[in-house]
Amino acid sequence: MFSKAQLMPGVILGVVLGLAIGVGAYTFVYARGYSYMTDNAEACVNCHVMQDQFSGWLKSSHRSVAVCNDCHTPPGLVAKYATKARNGFWHSYYFTTGWFDDNIHISSHGREVTEQACRKCHQDIVQAIEGPHPEAKDAQTSCIRCHDSVGHLH
Amino acid sequence: MGEIPMAEEKKRRSLRFVALVVIVVLATVLGLSLLMNIFQRKQEARNPFFRVVELTDDTVDPSIWGKNFPLQYDDYLKTTDQVRTRYGGSEAEPRTPTQADPRSVVAQSRLEEDPRLKIMWAGYAFSKDFREERGHAYMLDDQTFTERQKVAHQPGTCINCHASVYVAYKQLGGGDIFKGFEALNKMPYFDARKVVTHPVACIDCHDSQTMQLRVTRPAFIEGMRVLKASQGIQNYDVNKQATRQEMRAYVCGQCHDEYHFSGPEKRLVYPWAKGLLVENILAFYDEQKFKDWDHAQTGAPVLKAQHPEFEMWNQGIHARSGVVCADCHMPYKREGALKISDHHVRSPLLNINRACQTCHKWSEDELRARVETIQTRTFALRNLAMDALVELIADIKAAKDAGRTDAGVTTAMDFQRRAQFYLDFIESENSTGFHAPQEAARILGESINFSRKGQVSLRGVTR
Repeated sequence: MFSKAQLMPGVILGVVLGLAIGVGAYTFVYARGYSYMTDNAEACVNCHVMQDQFSGWLKSSHRSVAVCNDCHTPPGLVAKYATKARNGFWHSYYFTTGWFDDNIHISSHGREVTEQACRKCHQDIVQAIEGPHPEAKDAQTSCIRCHDSVGHLH
Repeated sequence: MGEIPMAEEKKRRSLRFVALVVIVVLATVLGLSLLMNIFQRKQEARNPFFRVVELTDDTVDPSIWGKNFPLQYDDYLKTTDQVRTRYGGSEAEPRTPTQADPRSVVAQSRLEEDPRLKIMWAGYAFSKDFREERGHAYMLDDQTFTERQKVAHQPGTCINCHASVYVAYKQLGGGDIFKGFEALNKMPYFDARKVVTHPVACIDCHDSQTMQLRVTRPAFIEGMRVLKASQGIQNYDVNKQATRQEMRAYVCGQCHDEYHFSGPEKRLVYPWAKGLLVENILAFYDEQKFKDWDHAQTGAPVLKAQHPEFEMWNQGIHARSGVVCADCHMPYKREGALKISDHHVRSPLLNINRACQTCHKWSEDELRARVETIQTRTFALRNLAMDALVELIADIKAAKDAGRTDAGVTTAMDFQRRAQFYLDFIESENSTGFHAPQEAARILGESINFSRKGQVSLRGVTR
């Protein structure tokens, strides 16, 4: 049906594609890529950069009621995995290149997520103490301005 | 649409095929290099330590220690840098090397920046040559070749804090660092200079077997003992009783403090028997009837304060909060996955992310602005105190030139001693007030008061 000359490109393509998929799959497993789909806090210390935050969380008041994802991802399956993908990409980028400050800073997007996380669980209290004009963006008080050690100090 | 000829169609197909293969190959290469990167990061996380040389309690040369601890050693070598901050740091000034002084680069002269210093130190070697301090790497050369060596005969005591002396102490004292310390103090400077080779090195702060911090300067061990005794703790042994965190301040405090050379044997003594505050230290000197020299313009028995960083840090909020020297001047850093102390000892202003942002969640610009606000205010007050002192010195000199010897002049001379010591306490302290802002302002305020009271006493008004 096919001549040898016609078969060759298909074989090469197959081998090359197979190699790429194989290497990709191995890298994914070796880097424990699947762990990032879970809520396990230990996934966040796969790389050592988050070790201080993880150690801090282990000793924090929230360790028994909230894991990393409870505060660092928004509610809703799509929003949650969109945030995971976004953070995952940038974390990998900075960790691979090494272009980041040692004392890491949360992004403004990340801060919005954590702020909402506080309010999600502590809604009753927050409503009672929120300022008179909660609709004004600047008027919103930040929970961790005072409660900065509840999740992890660093 | 016309039929595409078979040959053309074939050509397009094979072109597309080649392009696809190239793309997949590139993806594979990227995937593999990512894999290698992850592998490397995982290896780093294993915290490897290779002991390639055997260190002993006599290994002075830091390059030998550096074979076992290359990351720390690399940073240690960087203290040769000369970088300015707004109020500190040094500028690299080229100079022509001579036979007597082979340095091709020095720091800027503080005497030229502020000629009032020459009046404050008139008659003392510091009025001849005083330059901005440089990094640890230069401590030995800058002391060996300063002009001060030419105008005065310095004792070996100076070497205590300008070289790696631990092994030299042991050699001079037959294994006993206290005996070696006493022998070193009695030697003339250039004899003592011959028994040392390196600026401060690993062995001055670390135990060679365990790498634990330890104090090797007898003067500090004695100083802490008398200080603790004044607080009701008898027989304090800094190497046995200090916590690990305290040691991260004490190894620096071995040298970064006020001191004097006591008695004819020029023994190095830290003046802490009454406490660490400036008035405690001055009261100690008064009791000892100690003076560094007689002022050339007034004859007042005056004192030279020297870099009391340890004393001033103790009065500040950072000390109060348990934050020690190494937390800001040698903050933790990552090399790959290894967490190490940054042995490139320097101003935290040159390393704000690691030094400050561990605790302070503000931008680098905001933190720098806060520090510089404190320093600008301190510097302004220091200038007021300097003017007041220079005016007092001029007034005393004028009174003496007019032949006055009355009690008003004697009182004014005593005020000069006080004003000068208080001012120099902040002037010589290497943080321009930052280590303890309110304390620095209080001391400068008192210095101004002493100078003005001295002027008042010359006018025959007693208060």
